[in-house]
Amino acid sequence: MVRYVVKRILLGALTLFVISVATFLLFFAVPNNPAEVICGNGKSCSQARIQMLEERFGLNDPIPVQYANYMKGIFVGRDIGAANDPRHCAAPCLGYSFRYDDEVTDIIGQALPVTLSIVIGAITFQVVFGVSIGMISALRRGTVFDRLAVGISLIGASTQVYFLGYILLILFVYETGFLPPPGYTPITENPLAWAGGLLLPWITLGFIFSAVYARLSRAQMIETLSEDFVRTARAKGLPKRQVYTRHALRAAITPIVTIAGLDLGAYLGGTVITETVFGMKGLGLFSIRAVEDLDMPIVMATVLLAALFVVVANLVVDLLYTVIDPRVKLG
Amino acid sequence: MAPYVEVRDLRVRFTTEDGVVRAVDGVSFAVDRGHTLGIVGESGSGKSVTSLAIMGLHDRRRTNITGQALVGGRDVVALDEEAVRRLRGRDMAMIFQDPLSALHPYYTVGRQIIEAYRIHHPEAGKREARQRALDMLGRVGIPQPARRIDQYPHEFSGGMRQRAMIAMALVNDPDLLIADEPTTALDVTVQAQILDLLAGLQAEFHSAIILITHDLGVVSQVADQVLVMYGGRGVEHGSAARVLREPQHPYTWGLLSSVPTLHGDADADLVPIKGSPPSLINLPSGCAFHPRCRYQLGPASPCVTTVPELEPTRDGGQRVACHLPETQRRSMLEVVR
Repeated sequence: MVRYVVKRILLGALTLFVISVATFLLFFAVPNNPAEVICGNGKSCSQARIQMLEERFGLNDPIPVQYANYMKGIFVGRDIGAANDPRHCAAPCLGYSFRYDDEVTDIIGQALPVTLSIVIGAITFQVVFGVSIGMISALRRGTVFDRLAVGISLIGASTQVYFLGYILLILFVYETGFLPPPGYTPITENPLAWAGGLLLPWITLGFIFSAVYARLSRAQMIETLSEDFVRTARAKGLPKRQVYTRHALRAAITPIVTIAGLDLGAYLGGTVITETVFGMKGLGLFSIRAVEDLDMPIVMATVLLAALFVVVANLVVDLLYTVIDPRVKLG
Repeated sequence: MAPYVEVRDLRVRFTTEDGVVRAVDGVSFAVDRGHTLGIVGESGSGKSVTSLAIMGLHDRRRTNITGQALVGGRDVVALDEEAVRRLRGRDMAMIFQDPLSALHPYYTVGRQIIEAYRIHHPEAGKREARQRALDMLGRVGIPQPARRIDQYPHEFSGGMRQRAMIAMALVNDPDLLIADEPTTALDVTVQAQILDLLAGLQAEFHSAIILITHDLGVVSQVADQVLVMYGGRGVEHGSAARVLREPQHPYTWGLLSSVPTLHGDADADLVPIKGSPPSLINLPSGCAFHPRCRYQLGPASPCVTTVPELEPTRDGGQRVACHLPETQRRSMLEVVR
């Protein structure tokens, strides 16, 4: 078990290394001179200013050296800039944003809680709502409820965030004032305002992506209900409710946990469209702006972070498997 | 006193897209406590459907069941779902063909036995239930029950799993145990052990056993009575000694001659029954077995036109559903041998 985890962590580190190298190279494949980008409009920039910026952001070193410095920054911190005027950037240092001239870690530190809040709520909504619908559908197969649920989940699956999101915004915020306008308040400040401001993104994302969970859990549940051990549970005289939950659902939920874990990892990289629609300053919004602005340190950081989330989510899901299914042995 | 289990004219039908499946079409038998009835037949003969009907395990919305299935005087067919549920596991229990798939893979063996006990003994504490589970594991011959109780089904061997399954079925001391092909998925050497175990436990618990199998060897080891089923109906019914030694139905002959014997001529050819089991949606007219029967009396005979009823033989030894005259069957039996 320990060996397996160590092996997986090393493998994850290798993945991240490859991604970081690839992103870093991409950085320099961009035709613009980063210093010109930082400076703004290239024509109005004096040569002296460009040189100053190149020094300030450490862009004069050869690429491998820059990469090594970058990695050094992540693990032990580094000094960036001209020898006479260095800026100290403590570990984990992801460099300075070209656009904002702030430490990338600070920017990420502001954006990550927003995305985290959106994603955690949305995933919870998706799984709870989706699995409930799927389970009831499976138990009432062929009834009106089942058909309705399947139909609605199809509508959900074929809707887009930028469509449903705006409709909900108009209906519940602009027209009726039923919900507070979406926005981010730190949970530590005011939990109620936190939840209130996130409700719309949660509902929008949750509804659209719950369809996958509803369909998957319906299919899983139907399959599990025909398993021998469910018949055994009934033969014992177990009441229906317990047969369905303790025996059938317990077995049907395994693949759903997998998908939820992987979804979580993938979403944490940034829910770009949702953040744009609801104007929430999360990772997604920052990364899309960073791409537009050629703000490579932020692009690099968000890409690395997204990769890290996916790698970690994969590992966690695999470890969870051993808890859920005692037959699974890792090694 | 009436026998513990009495099934009278049981009929089970499923409505499917292709038509109505008459899975069981008028079956009657009785089993008393301490006795074992073996129900024998090919797949699709209705033997498993019969047992599931007694346990009340068919989906009521999709199944039409008529007739009576009395368990301790209570008619399972007429009772509502909740009343049958309370009988299940307590008064009647069932073990299945493949214990690996019949036990829940995610729970320990002990937990599953404890659960079975506590459903019907809600007043029992955790410790008492665990002790009971330990006792049962010991009684079905599982070594080191204290260690085994916390293991998962996949950590057991096939034979041990079936023993655990039996322990779970008997944990509430049921008066009826239905064993649906309990040894089919096991090694031959383990089969005999499980059958011995069942016989021993029956002597101890004094329960009625219905043993469903396609294996006449199994039946000959443990059954007192035998019911041979074909196409959803009983075709021969009597004491195991009579049905196995002096079978009177051509289908039973076919079953017997397709099984090798240890004591007979090792070079003797096994004779398979030609053809395949009939469709239960569209049963052959008359005797359902007639298209496969090499002794049938011809195209316009009762074999093709009339469904034979189970009639007692002249000496009353067994009941047979066959249009052949008894004298003819007896002489043919000599030839078959």
